[in-house]
Amino acid sequence: MTVHSDVSLVRPRSRLRLALGREANFGDLAFRRITALFAASVIVLLVWIALEMGRASKLSLAKFGLGFITASDWDPVRDHYGALPFIYGTVVSSILALCISVPISLGIAIYLSELAHPRLRTPMGFLVELLAAVPSVVYGLWGIFALCPWLRETVEPVLEKTLGFLPLFQGPHQGFGMLAGGIILAIMITPTVSSVSREVLHAVPHSLREGAIGLGATRWEVVRVAVLPYAKSGLVGAVILGLGRALGETMAITMVIGNRSEISTSLFAPSYTMASVIANEFTEATGQLYLSALAEVGLVLFFVTVLLNVLARVLVWRVGKLPEGGRL
Amino acid sequence: MFFGRRRLLVLAAGLSFGCNKAASPTENKAGSAPSPVPSQAKPVALNGAGATFPNPLYSKWISEYNKQFPNIKINYQPIGSGGGIRQIIAGTVDFGATDAPMKDDEVKQAPGKLFHIPATIGAVVISYKVPEVTAPLKLSPEVLADIYLGKITKWNDPKIAADNTDATLPAKEISVVYRTDGSGTTNVFTDYLSAVSSEWKVKVGAGKSVKWPVGLGAKGNDGVTGQLTSTPYTIGYIERAYATQNKLPMTELKNKSGKFVAPTTAAMSAAAEGIEMPPELYVSLVNSAAEAAYPITGYSYMLVYADAKDPAKGEAIAKYIWWSLHDGQKFAESLDYAPLPATVVTAVEARLKELTAGRKKLL
Repeated sequence: MTVHSDVSLVRPRSRLRLALGREANFGDLAFRRITALFAASVIVLLVWIALEMGRASKLSLAKFGLGFITASDWDPVRDHYGALPFIYGTVVSSILALCISVPISLGIAIYLSELAHPRLRTPMGFLVELLAAVPSVVYGLWGIFALCPWLRETVEPVLEKTLGFLPLFQGPHQGFGMLAGGIILAIMITPTVSSVSREVLHAVPHSLREGAIGLGATRWEVVRVAVLPYAKSGLVGAVILGLGRALGETMAITMVIGNRSEISTSLFAPSYTMASVIANEFTEATGQLYLSALAEVGLVLFFVTVLLNVLARVLVWRVGKLPEGGRL
Repeated sequence: MFFGRRRLLVLAAGLSFGCNKAASPTENKAGSAPSPVPSQAKPVALNGAGATFPNPLYSKWISEYNKQFPNIKINYQPIGSGGGIRQIIAGTVDFGATDAPMKDDEVKQAPGKLFHIPATIGAVVISYKVPEVTAPLKLSPEVLADIYLGKITKWNDPKIAADNTDATLPAKEISVVYRTDGSGTTNVFTDYLSAVSSEWKVKVGAGKSVKWPVGLGAKGNDGVTGQLTSTPYTIGYIERAYATQNKLPMTELKNKSGKFVAPTTAAMSAAAEGIEMPPELYVSLVNSAAEAAYPITGYSYMLVYADAKDPAKGEAIAKYIWWSLHDGQKFAESLDYAPLPATVVTAVEARLKELTAGRKKLL
């Protein structure tokens, strides 16, 4: 790999600048300060949100303590709140979505950047990105009227017949449930993951591909040996973006997941996510403790999101340290 | 947000808003008492927020009222009963609206005395999708409670068959659907189940969101309607308007006096007539003893401060509610609500005359 020389892009330093040091240029200084301010605003916003939600959930924090995240009883009538089923639902539906979406998205990205005819690349990529523009309520309605009946009548019976020995695929076929939620999320994050992955693959220097071809590699070997290892940290980043979207998605998944605050091993069973319970119950919630418990669900969602993102970040660093050309 | 059919209807009504510049205020004489004419000298803007359940009717009222009195601008945000109560307590709106009466701790938080004003009557219907059943299904309260408790799980259960001797009931699992978002609809429905089943009252109770023993949760009336149309062998409860507009079958429910009654507006009014209105002007209408009553019926209320801070706004609200109480009631039926009974209208009239601003009476 060659390192591009950027010397030609730098203007020769003015004498004044040389005399006064790096930041003498007022424009540069202002630019630096302003962008720093923007960057800091993200941190301030995050801290502020966390504090604000902590304040709103004070009552519930005091009453339930840690029991809030380990109890699975959510009963507004009796003012008993435990968020475990929602945490479970959010995490499992997002992971399920990644399991479905990542292979498909990578396939799309590899096809579009490596294999597709150049004339096909732009329109195909455009179509994939168009999926991201569909409002989530439309996905939800499609879920109710097309996906769920199809799952109930066709997919779930087949899964039970073939893989029914696993506890994942047992129980009554209802269509609405964790499986439907995971599939809807997978469809919604695929455009994000695949278009970012495509850009990442696009950035892989051509010299790498040429080198691999020169060594007699097949198309598959070029991708496996030269392209993917170079792009791996970027690809993990794309997956994190998808995960973020899956964790926070509310409308579409609420419409298909069945909204029952129960933990079940079966993917056919209804479940519930943290974002859904807030969206469903906040508007009509009355009573201080109830509102506070809903705010605490928000707080928990915030921390789960941060935690998963940190985990994924750590993964990127670990992957980044592996020797290039090593395992992905 | 997804627009329900009813909201679209309202939107259409709202579009005609403004085209009709100033219909004469004397044109409308449908009410029993003439509505007091608001002073038109200065334009007044009123803000309200609360229940979604009566929103189609409120929107119709607001647009009709604005046609008659163009200087009175009213803005109603259907953000949910809970939000309506929170906002009227905080004083960010001029009037609130709720389906369930305020709780004691909420009343204590309010800076002044709040009046509940019954505005209209709505009903929750039980709908189902059972292709084999052609005539309206009949359900007794015990059977309905047992279905929602998970004790009756098959459509051909002998308890269901006992009330439907002519129907062919399939040996299929009942797929139970409930509203997952907090709603006045759920409140009325669970209030009814608590009234008719002691087991329900102990195990689950009544509220806008409850811990359901069985079933799938769908979001909003639209979501439940969607499951009722797409999933065979489903049972669910929805607002009456959703069932009529989507032509869904509605069960006839056995009321307290032992009659199977379909959810007609007449049966809803009958429910209100069968229950005496207490002086605080809020009461549950479920399981009414009247012979013709449909049992899952409820009032929807507006919330106003007894003593208005701003006399001009207070006067405008009082006159607007007076208008809705008389002229407004005739719009109820076409939008699937029932008009208030005459005794309730008289009681509300008396309450409106108690409204003040400072020491001054508003009406």
